[in-house]
Amino acid sequence: MGIESLDRLAPGRAEFDVAEVATSDAGLRQVLHGLPGVDQVGVQERVAGLATRSVKKDSKLRALDLAIRMVDLTTLEGADTPGKVTAMCAKARHPDLADPPAPPVAAVCVYPDLVPVARAGVAGSDVAVASVATAFPSGRASLAVKLADVRDAVSAGADEVDMVIDRGAFLAGRYGQVYAEIRAVREACGPAHLKVILETGELATLDNVSRASWLAMMAGADFIKTSTGKVTPAATPAVALVMLAAVRDFELTAGRRVGVKVAGGIRTAKDAIRYLVLVNETAGPAWLTPRLFRIGASTLLNDLLMQRTKQRTGRYSGPDYFTVD
Amino acid sequence: MSAIEPTQAAPADQDALAWEYAPAPESRDIVTIAPQYGLFIDGEFRPAAEGATFATLNPASEEKLAEVAKAGPADVDAAVTAARHAYDRVWGPMPGAERAKYLYRIARVLQERAREFAVLESLDNGKPIRETRDVDIPLAAAHFFYYAGWADKLEYAGFGLDPRPLGVAGQVIPWNFPLLMAAWKLAPALAAGNTCVLKPAETTPLTALLLAEVCQQVGLPPGVVNVLTGAGETGAAVVTHPDIDKIAFTGSTEVGKQIAAAAAGTSKKVTLELGGKAANVVFDDAPVEQAVEGIVNGIFFNQGHVCCAGSRLLVQESVADIVVERLQRRLTTLRLGDPLDKNTDIGAINSREQLDKITELSAAGDAEGARRWSPPCPLPGRGYWFPPTVFTGVSQSHRIAREEIFGPVLSVLTFRTPEEAVAKANNTPYGLSAGIWTDKGSRILWMAQRLRAGVVWANTYNRFDPASPFGGYQESGYGREGGRHGLAAYLDA
Repeated sequence: MGIESLDRLAPGRAEFDVAEVATSDAGLRQVLHGLPGVDQVGVQERVAGLATRSVKKDSKLRALDLAIRMVDLTTLEGADTPGKVTAMCAKARHPDLADPPAPPVAAVCVYPDLVPVARAGVAGSDVAVASVATAFPSGRASLAVKLADVRDAVSAGADEVDMVIDRGAFLAGRYGQVYAEIRAVREACGPAHLKVILETGELATLDNVSRASWLAMMAGADFIKTSTGKVTPAATPAVALVMLAAVRDFELTAGRRVGVKVAGGIRTAKDAIRYLVLVNETAGPAWLTPRLFRIGASTLLNDLLMQRTKQRTGRYSGPDYFTVD
Repeated sequence: MSAIEPTQAAPADQDALAWEYAPAPESRDIVTIAPQYGLFIDGEFRPAAEGATFATLNPASEEKLAEVAKAGPADVDAAVTAARHAYDRVWGPMPGAERAKYLYRIARVLQERAREFAVLESLDNGKPIRETRDVDIPLAAAHFFYYAGWADKLEYAGFGLDPRPLGVAGQVIPWNFPLLMAAWKLAPALAAGNTCVLKPAETTPLTALLLAEVCQQVGLPPGVVNVLTGAGETGAAVVTHPDIDKIAFTGSTEVGKQIAAAAAGTSKKVTLELGGKAANVVFDDAPVEQAVEGIVNGIFFNQGHVCCAGSRLLVQESVADIVVERLQRRLTTLRLGDPLDKNTDIGAINSREQLDKITELSAAGDAEGARRWSPPCPLPGRGYWFPPTVFTGVSQSHRIAREEIFGPVLSVLTFRTPEEAVAKANNTPYGLSAGIWTDKGSRILWMAQRLRAGVVWANTYNRFDPASPFGGYQESGYGREGGRHGLAAYLDA
């Protein structure tokens, strides 16, 4: 799966060696600006069309359980405490003890200093520990500091690392720098999975979202992720659509499936199901697994649980019947 | 740690969910279909003078929906007389501001009863509820709203200080957008002060009859709108009636020619909106993903029963493979089936006759050496169905590149230079619409100046708006519908 084996990229275009083009901004520019353009109006139209899909009954129930299993239950506040993280881990393992119980979420996502707490909190379960790193959320630190941040998180037991790209370098066209940083973080991650946050709210155009997606995938990302959640707009269906098309096309040319994580602002089960529809009809059903699609959220989980209960019992119970941690 | 296994490319992830959308049918109880329908003449429903009737079917199940009166010459005469009377006594002299009130009322009632209309249209026509709900009905209401606004401003429309209506309009409409075509015809005619005799298509009379009920509901004066159901002979009787001042027809080029011939030498004004064989031109710098969506929307919207459908895909040869491959992958996600299911993308073919025509032309494509491809797509056992179909390796000389198929069948041709694209796009007796897909604004303008088509879409397809004129060149007809231009067809300007 090494990037070196990736001999052909943009479909229908000349073959090239990624390791070679990645040595210069000009080489990467040639590849990234050679990708097919993205028409914003067309994307909005497609997204609006897919938003009218009607997901009911059994398919809704399956979607809700799947969405729960895709949640990266997240707390990323300066005010986070070990107690809060421990409570969140308990919730992640057993979101709802209804009958049948809700499945556990995919992972908990915390700041690096709280990784040991989270690690202990999920011990003995399948729930993974994800840590943001690389001077999250701004990414404004030297590469050395970013790498130290990553090693710190991994050595504390993080299974997954959510890094941010240097948006300033990307927007200024210093693609080589962004590529090299992702490669370096990839190395520093060791066995941990790497999610690369594009912070699409700062990338200005969908063309840039497509280019940043390819750059991150070429550099070895396991996941591409929309947002930190600290910038508005965060995840939007339009951005998700472009990224899902990118991972689909990347598999066709590079033979490797990269995952997508949407994060920020997804609060309702209805929104989550709409994202699943996008996954199903853009990347394809192969992506309908927590291994390849994640939803970063904090408050979403309770709405998923509430809708799940409604779907199973036919009745809404009040929010007080669902735990708030 | 099942959640973090490596993501090596696997044939199919064991964990991936086979996720099917459960059936989500719109309830058909919202609309009441009477067993019998009469003709709408002079504000009332009445049986045909000769008592003749015909059945209208649900093309998705071949089930009979209702028995509908078949108008004969005596009924046409009664309807035209009622329309003339209403024109002379009520509608012609009425101030534009008062006419506008009726049009606004019709528009609002269409919105209020939108679900009812959408379900009925899907039942009678076979098109998916997603389209009737999101396109046909809202656009029909939008046309009434738009032209209501013009009714008291006709002297500012650029047709002189005191433009006069023409009188009684005979309007014959097709089955592909039954209610929408009725709205396209009635709204500008009524706004300009004409009265109307509308003849809906034989296979899709029900929404026009429901619209007649709406006319009663809003208190439209009797005779202003008359609806005569029937087949070709009824339409012929309407357009040849001596007291008709204006003929508006949307339908096949063949019938359009007959109408033009019949109207020749009379004082009748004629507008015709006929067939098409539109080129959808994709350049190598096009936004591929969105172009594929546009191709799908261009030819598979309404099962391709669209006169402006992008039925010829002209794709630049350097991207032909990738565009076709992505198109095919996209087509495998289309959902064909029950038109009332909210997740259905492709509905039923409107009639047995149309299905036979599509089948025959597709067979001609095979015989002439084009390569046929359809996604794996089981067709329901009953009703009229045709799978989304793509022909590659098509030449200009093939019948499937020249004749209007009016079904979900796309012919793919390639080109090398922009000049060749223009030459191929224009190499048709039609000229209704065209599409251009490129990231270059200058090329869009260059192409649009050279394409002989009434409507040119750039980086989109099948977009409609009541403010935008629509109509054709050459054998796609003459006259424009929609926008300020659409008023000209109903004014003595």
